[in-house]
Amino acid sequence: MEASKLPGFLLRRGVKAAIVVLAIVICNFLLVHAAPGDPASVIAGQSGAADAVFLEQLRRQFGLDQPLYVQLWIYLKSVLSLDLGFSHRQQAPVAQLVLERLPATLLLTGAAFAFALAAGVTLGALAAQRVGRWADSVITVIALTFYATPLFWVGLMLVLIFSVWLEWLPSFGMSSVGVEMHGLEVVWDVAQHLLLPALTLGLFYLAVYARLTRATMLEVADQDFVKTARAKGVPEGRILRAHVLRNALLPVITFAGIQAGQLLGGSILVETVFAWPGIGRLAFEALLARDYPVLLGVFFCTSVMVVLFNLLTDMLYAIIDPRVEVAG
Amino acid sequence: MRDFWRRFRRNKGAVVGLVILLLVVLLAVTAPWLYPASPWDMAGAPFSPPGEMGMLLGTDSLGRDVAAGIAHGARISLLVGAVSTAAALLVGVTLGAVAGYLGGFADDAVMRFTEFFQTIPSFVLAILLVAIFTPSIGSVVFAIAIVSWPPVARVVRAEFLSLRGREFVQAAEVLGKSRLSIVLTDILPNALSPIVVLSSLMVASAILLESALSFLGLGDPNLMTWGFLIGSGRSVIRLAWWMSVFPGIAIFLTVLALNLVGEGLSDALNPRLARQRGGAA
Repeated sequence: MEASKLPGFLLRRGVKAAIVVLAIVICNFLLVHAAPGDPASVIAGQSGAADAVFLEQLRRQFGLDQPLYVQLWIYLKSVLSLDLGFSHRQQAPVAQLVLERLPATLLLTGAAFAFALAAGVTLGALAAQRVGRWADSVITVIALTFYATPLFWVGLMLVLIFSVWLEWLPSFGMSSVGVEMHGLEVVWDVAQHLLLPALTLGLFYLAVYARLTRATMLEVADQDFVKTARAKGVPEGRILRAHVLRNALLPVITFAGIQAGQLLGGSILVETVFAWPGIGRLAFEALLARDYPVLLGVFFCTSVMVVLFNLLTDMLYAIIDPRVEVAG
Repeated sequence: MRDFWRRFRRNKGAVVGLVILLLVVLLAVTAPWLYPASPWDMAGAPFSPPGEMGMLLGTDSLGRDVAAGIAHGARISLLVGAVSTAAALLVGVTLGAVAGYLGGFADDAVMRFTEFFQTIPSFVLAILLVAIFTPSIGSVVFAIAIVSWPPVARVVRAEFLSLRGREFVQAAEVLGKSRLSIVLTDILPNALSPIVVLSSLMVASAILLESALSFLGLGDPNLMTWGFLIGSGRSVIRLAWWMSVFPGIAIFLTVLALNLVGEGLSDALNPRLARQRGGAA
C-alpha cells in the first residue's frame, strides 16, 4: 500500500470501530430495559433484594424517571468516561474488577492462540505438502473430533487424565497456593497451571487453522509465480517457505481476527473449568450471583477487545499485503 | 430423490452419521418408556460406579441414574437444537432475502447489522441474554437463535444476489408476479440446498451451545440436560468420573453425527462440488 493512503484507511477503520463500540453500548442499554422487572434492580445487580435507598439513588443517577433518550444519553456518557457501573455484591467498580482480571485472560487466550496457530499451520503445511497421508488423516480426525466436542468437556477430560489419574499437572488456579517462590520458579509454576487450559482452548482452533492452511496452500501452490519459481530452479524447501506459506498465511490471519470473539467466549468455559482467575471466571461468578452490572461490563469489554483486535489485524494485513484494497 | 440417496450413500461417514443420529432420536423418543421414573428421582445409592447396582452408567451424588439423565437429556438437546435452528433460519432467511433481492440501501443496512452480530462475542451475548431473561427453555432457544442467524443471512443473500438476475426470475417479473411471490416461489426453492446443508451444521452447534449454557447453570432448572449433567459432575470428578464422561460422549456422538450428515448432504446436493473436492483430497 502507498504510504500516503494509510492514514485515511486507518481513519475509516477507526470510525467504523467506534460505531461498533457505540452500538454495543446501545445494545447493553436496551438489554437492561428489556429485562423483566425494574431497570434499577437490574443495574443494582440483584433482583428485588437491594435496599430502597440505593435503588432510589440509582433511579436519580440514571434518570430512570425521564424519557428513554435522556436515559440513553446519561448511560452513554458514563460508559464513554469508562464508568461501567458499580457491583453492589463485590463493593467495587465494574471497570476495576474487569481490569484486574484482564491480564490472566490475555495470558490464557494469547497462549492458546499461539499454540493453535503454530501447531495448526505446521500441521496444515505438512498435510498440503503430502509428505505422507498421515498428516492429512491427523488433520481430518482432529477437526472432526474437536468440532464435535464441547470445550468444557475437553477441559474436564484433560483434568481427569493429567491431574486426577496421572497427577502430572495442577487442575485449577493460576499458581500454587501457600508456596514461597522466586523469579523463574514463579514462571515455571504459572506455566504448569497454564498448560491444560491453553491446550483445551487451543485444540479447537488448531483444527481450524490446520484446515485453512492446508486449503490455502494447495490453492497457492497452483499459481503461476510458484511454477515460475520452480522453473527457475529454486529449491523446493525455499519455495514452500518463501512463496507458498507466506501467501497462504494471509487468510489465516484474517480468520484469526474474525475468531477473536469466539476465543474470548470459549475462555469463559475454560476459565470456569480450571478456576483460572480471568474475566471468564469473573463472568461465571457474576452469573451465580446474578450480578448484572459485572455481566454487562464483561460483555462490553470483550466486545471492545474484539473490535480492537480486528482493527489490529486489518492494519497488519494492509501493511503485509500491498494488494489489499484500501477502499474496503 | 433416488439419485440424492445414491449420492448421499457414497459418503460412508455420512451414512454412519445418519445411523448414529437415528439412534439418538430413537433414544429421545423412547426415553419415557425406557426410564419411566423422573430422571431427578433417586434410583440407587449415591456414587455407584457404572455396572454396579444395576446402574448401566452409574449414579450421581444424589443417587440419580446417569443413563436415565442422558436418555431424557437427548429429548431436550434435540428439541432445543431443532427449534432454535428453525428460529434462526426464519430470521436469517428473511434478512438475507431482503438484502439479496432488494440490494442497494437495504442490502447495506442488513449487511452492517449482520457484521455487527458477527463481531460481538456471541457466546458472551448468549450468556447475557439467558441470564437477564431468567433461564428457561424459551430464553435458551431465543438466545441461541439470536447468535446463530448471521451465517444464514450471508449465505441466503449470496444465493439471492446470484439468482435474482437469472432469466427465470426476469420472466416472472415480466409476467407481473408480485415480489413476495417471486421470492417465495421462484428464488427460494432454488436457494434451498445450501440452506439445508447449513441447517444440519446449525443444529449441531446449537446443541453444543445449549450444553455450554446449561453447564454454566443457565439451563431450564426443571429440565434434565446433558450440559447440566456434566456441570454437576465437575466438582466431584475425582470421586465419580462417569458423571461427566458419559454425557460428554452423548454430546460428542450427536454433534459428530450431525456434522457428518451435513457433509453427506452437501455432497448429495452439490454433486459437482463433491467431485471437485474428491479430486483435490
